[in-house]
Amino acid sequence: MIEVSNLTKRYAGRTAVSDISFHVARGEIVGLLGPNGAGKSTTMRILSSYLPATSGTVRVAGFDVFYDSVEVRRRIGFMPENNPLYPEMRVREYLKYRARLKGLGWRRSRERVDTVMEQCGLTDVGRRIIGQLSKGYRQRVGLADALVHEPELIILDEPTIGLDPNQIRSVRQLIKSLAGKHTVLISTHILPEAEMMCSRMVIMFDGKILAADTPENLQKLMQGSSQIVAEIDAPPDDLRAAWAKMPGVEQFDVSAGADNFQRCALTPRDGHDLRLAIFVLARERGWTLRELTRRRHSLEDIYVQVTKPNDEDEN
Amino acid sequence: MQIFGTLLRRELAAFFLSITGYVIIASVTLLTSLGFVVLIAGLVGSDPTIAPVTEIFYSTFSFWLVVLLVAPVITMRLFALEKSSGTFETLMTTQVGDLQVVAAKFTAAIIFYMVTWLPMLVCLFIVRHFTNQPGALDAGTVGGMYLGIFLTGGLFLSLGCFASAISRSQMAAAMISFVLGVSLFSLGYLARQIPVTAQWQSRVLSYFSLFDQMDDFARGVVDTRTVVFYAGATFFFLFLTLRAVESRRWK
Repeated sequence: MIEVSNLTKRYAGRTAVSDISFHVARGEIVGLLGPNGAGKSTTMRILSSYLPATSGTVRVAGFDVFYDSVEVRRRIGFMPENNPLYPEMRVREYLKYRARLKGLGWRRSRERVDTVMEQCGLTDVGRRIIGQLSKGYRQRVGLADALVHEPELIILDEPTIGLDPNQIRSVRQLIKSLAGKHTVLISTHILPEAEMMCSRMVIMFDGKILAADTPENLQKLMQGSSQIVAEIDAPPDDLRAAWAKMPGVEQFDVSAGADNFQRCALTPRDGHDLRLAIFVLARERGWTLRELTRRRHSLEDIYVQVTKPNDEDEN
Repeated sequence: MQIFGTLLRRELAAFFLSITGYVIIASVTLLTSLGFVVLIAGLVGSDPTIAPVTEIFYSTFSFWLVVLLVAPVITMRLFALEKSSGTFETLMTTQVGDLQVVAAKFTAAIIFYMVTWLPMLVCLFIVRHFTNQPGALDAGTVGGMYLGIFLTGGLFLSLGCFASAISRSQMAAAMISFVLGVSLFSLGYLARQIPVTAQWQSRVLSYFSLFDQMDDFARGVVDTRTVVFYAGATFFFLFLTLRAVESRRWK
């Protein structure tokens, strides 16, 4: 559905996107993930043929976004960043206008507006003025607009930004329900969101793609370095000596926890499962063990790791 | 055509369903009425004149003040607001063509502009009513006057469209189109000061002589050359507007 090859976009003196390539198959929900300023919005603007690429080619549904711009735009529903709407219009009126603008006939546009309003939970606010709606409702109006002409590809730039948790949940459910029928590309800087909704993720940083895979595979990538945490009631020096002797321990750290317990964080060598060995050790020595957990690296860690240098200067 | 119609409806709704639209109509009405009062005060007690009311009317300060002031105010919103609020992006990522957008916005602006001039008819009715002179509302002179308003309006509005298309802020758009408009106006003033000679410079300049041309229109005289000049200049600025809208594709 989307084929991006060697896409580069330079603004005056600044490279926003440099030489990225990725593809999205029909029916997939793909998340474009990265901190602010990573080039997600620029990529989406080029995909929706609003901005031209400096070099490289982008094809949507087989059409080049530059040469067959109209064909591409016919097939996409795009919700830009911050979801711009006309605040003086009424919800229904706006959606009707957008449907007509996208070439739907009179009757068809009425049907479709009814359908998407139902789908996005807007039926009750059809006659309200957009400028007076809450942010959550406005976001849904933007989504309804992106869906109204049943596009093959839906591009949503930060669809859940600024919503409260309940609203986020309903928007997520809505997006998830689109899988299969539509191809969806969403951008976000919130990782759990991408993890929940997307069948594949593309992590961008500083205009480049750092990783592109399914959430599961990205997790596997990091599994070698999982951590084991044990809380044991024993003298710290004895513990240190024991960990140093234990085979398969790459690194360890012992710190004082609450009520005499010592908190030990162990990094196993190449995927060793140390949990059994720790339990056996505690039983032999007669130590009290009150916690033993294996911490998997979540995507959060991958994300933080690959996007770290930007953490301080954003927001 | 459907898309053009949809865009035009939306643009007209933006004028007529907002308070700004009515503020503009009220302001124009007030200014033309003030001009009318000045005109009547001047006519009373002076010698009778054979010039049609419309012609004298146009020569009051209010006419040009309205043209120069209102055109930027009407057009400043068209592109600049959409660009600054981001709706330009939602608009241009649908299948609409650049030409359709420019044409719809300009058409809506000129329709609105003509509507703002309608209350002026009342002034002419008043003249006819109190003078019992049917000639005060002669179809030819009134038609010529409105054609003149339409053509000058078209030119000034196309300047405004262009200014709005090249700026992100409405304020900047208004200022640019005001400056362009005043420059054109000054050129017309200059044309009036310099006598027309055989030299091509002054012949060219005479085309910019907005006053004399408006004089003709207000007398009910329609000169094809003038019509062609105004229409040509309007299309030229609309073409520049179109290029400005397209420019994001090759920037």
